Amino acid sequence: MSNRLAILVLVFLAGAWFSLATMLQPRVASFSQSGQDNALKVLLGDGRKIFAQHFFVKADIYFHSGYYPSIFYQGEREAGHMSGHEDHDQGHNHEEEADFLGKPKDWIDRFGRNFMITEHTHLENGNEREILPWLKLSAELDPQKIETYIVASFWLANHLKKPAEAEQFLREGLRANPDSYEILFSLGRIYYESNHETARARNVWELALRRWNEQQQANKKPDKLVLEEIVVNLARLEENEKHYDRAIAYLEVARQLSPAPEAIQKQIDDLRQKLGATATTNSTSPL
Amino acid sequence: MRTVLALAGVVIKELYRRKDFYVLFVLTALITLVLGAVKFFNDEHIVRYLKEICLLLIWVSALVIAIVTTARQIPAERENRTIFPLLAKPVSRAQVIAGKFAGCWLACALVLAVFYIFFVVISGSREHEWPILNYFQAMWLQWMMLGVVIAFVMFGSVIFAAPSSNTTISFILVIGILFIGRHLGEVALRQTEPVRSIAYTLYFLIPHLEWFDVRERVAFHQNLIPWSACGLASLYAACYSAFLLWAAWLVFRRKPLNV
Repeated sequence: MSNRLAILVLVFLAGAWFSLATMLQPRVASFSQSGQDNALKVLLGDGRKIFAQHFFVKADIYFHSGYYPSIFYQGEREAGHMSGHEDHDQGHNHEEEADFLGKPKDWIDRFGRNFMITEHTHLENGNEREILPWLKLSAELDPQKIETYIVASFWLANHLKKPAEAEQFLREGLRANPDSYEILFSLGRIYYESNHETARARNVWELALRRWNEQQQANKKPDKLVLEEIVVNLARLEENEKHYDRAIAYLEVARQLSPAPEAIQKQIDDLRQKLGATATTNSTSPL
Repeated sequence: MRTVLALAGVVIKELYRRKDFYVLFVLTALITLVLGAVKFFNDEHIVRYLKEICLLLIWVSALVIAIVTTARQIPAERENRTIFPLLAKPVSRAQVIAGKFAGCWLACALVLAVFYIFFVVISGSREHEWPILNYFQAMWLQWMMLGVVIAFVMFGSVIFAAPSSNTTISFILVIGILFIGRHLGEVALRQTEPVRSIAYTLYFLIPHLEWFDVRERVAFHQNLIPWSACGLASLYAACYSAFLLWAAWLVFRRKPLNV
C-alpha cells in the first residue's frame, strides 16, 4: 500500500468516526435520562443505592471509631443513635448491643483482640466531622435517601456549629426530595435553634406539617415520631412567642402521640394557667 | 549467609529496575492527593477517611508487589535457564530459596518504608499529629505479614506450573484469610458435624494474617498495641514463614529444573 493510499484511508476513517459521533451523541444524551445525571448514576444505575447504604453504614462505623459488628455478628441494627434520636431506653439497649464480641472463644480470638478495636466509644469534641465525607458520598450516590441529609445536618448544626453548611445540605436534599417533611422539619430546626429566625422556622414547620398530613394521614402506619417532633417544636415556638392558645393546640396533638401523655398534659395545664384562669381556648386542632 | 545476601541483592535490584513499584506508588500518591484536595462542608480537619484510603492503597500495593515479585523468581530462573549457572557456582537449592525469600522480603521493607513515609507526611500535614510509634507498629506488622505471604508464594512457585496460577491462587487465599480468617471460628461453631470440625480445624491451621492488619487502629487514633503482642505476632509469622520455606525447599530439592 502506498503512502498516499494509507493517508486517504486514514482520512476516510477519521471522517467515519466523526460522522458516527455526531449521530450517536444525541442518543447517548437520552440514555442518561434528560442529560441531568452524573457519571455515578450512569455507571452504577440503581446499584448505587447499595453503595449509598454501605457508605451510610461506614459513617456509623466512623461514629463508633471502628468498633462495629461485621456481618458475622450483625443482627438488626438501627442507626438512630447516629442521628441523635436516641432516648434513654434505646441508649441502654445500644450499650448492651455494643458488647457484640462477647468473651473470647479461643486463644486465637483472645490474642487477635490485641490488634482490633475492642472499646465502644462515640466520636466527640468536634471529631464528629469525620463521618461527614461518607454521608456526603452516600447522598451523592442516592439523593433520595432522606436519612443521610437529616443525620449530616444534625451533626453539622448541633455539634460542629456549621448551620450554614447544614442548611445548604438540607436544601440539596429538598431539591431531590421536594415533598420530604423530615427535611423540612430539620430545616426548621436550623432556622429556629441556630439562626433564631422564628418566622421562617414557623413557616417551614407548618409546611412540614402539611406535607405530613398529605402523605401520612391516610397511611395505616403513619410516621408518628416525626409528627410528634414537628408539633412539639411548633408548640415550643408558639409558647416562646407567647401565642399560648396555638401552643396548647399543638400540645393537644402531641399528647395523643407521646408515650408520656401526663408530662404533655402538665405542660398544657401550665400554659392554660398562663393564658389566664378565666380565658378559654378556642383553638382548633392544627391537623 | 553471604551467598543468601548476594541472591537477595539481585532481587532488590530487580525491584527497582522494574516499573511495578513506581506505577503503584504514583497511583497511590495521586489518588491520595486528589482525595485530600476534596473539601467536605468547608472543613479542613477531616482526615480519617484519607488515612483509611491511603492505608488501603498501601496494603493493596504491597500485596501486589510481594506476590507478583515472588511468584516470578524461580519460574523465571528456570525459564531463562539461569538457574543452572546459579546452582553451579556452587549455590545450594536451600540457599536459592532462602536468598529469593530474603530478597523479596527486604524489597518489601524498602517499598513499605517509601509508602509509609508518604503516609506519615500526608496524615501529619493534615492533622498536625505525629504518632510515629503507631505508624511503626502498623508498618512492622504489615512487613511480618508479607513475610508469610512471600513464603507462601515461594512454596507455590515450586508447586504450580505457571506464575500466573500461583499469583491468582495466592491472591484469593490471602484476601480470603484477611476477610474471613477472624470469623471462621465463629462460623464453624454454628455448623453441624462434620463441617464444624473441618472448619474449626481449618481455623487453627490457616495463618491469621488479619492480626497484622491494624489499619483501623491507626485510622481511628487507638492506643499503641502492647509490644509483647507485637513480638508474639512476629514470632507467629516467623514460624509460619519458616514452615512454608522448609516445605518449599523439600519440594524444590528433588524437583527437575528442565522446563
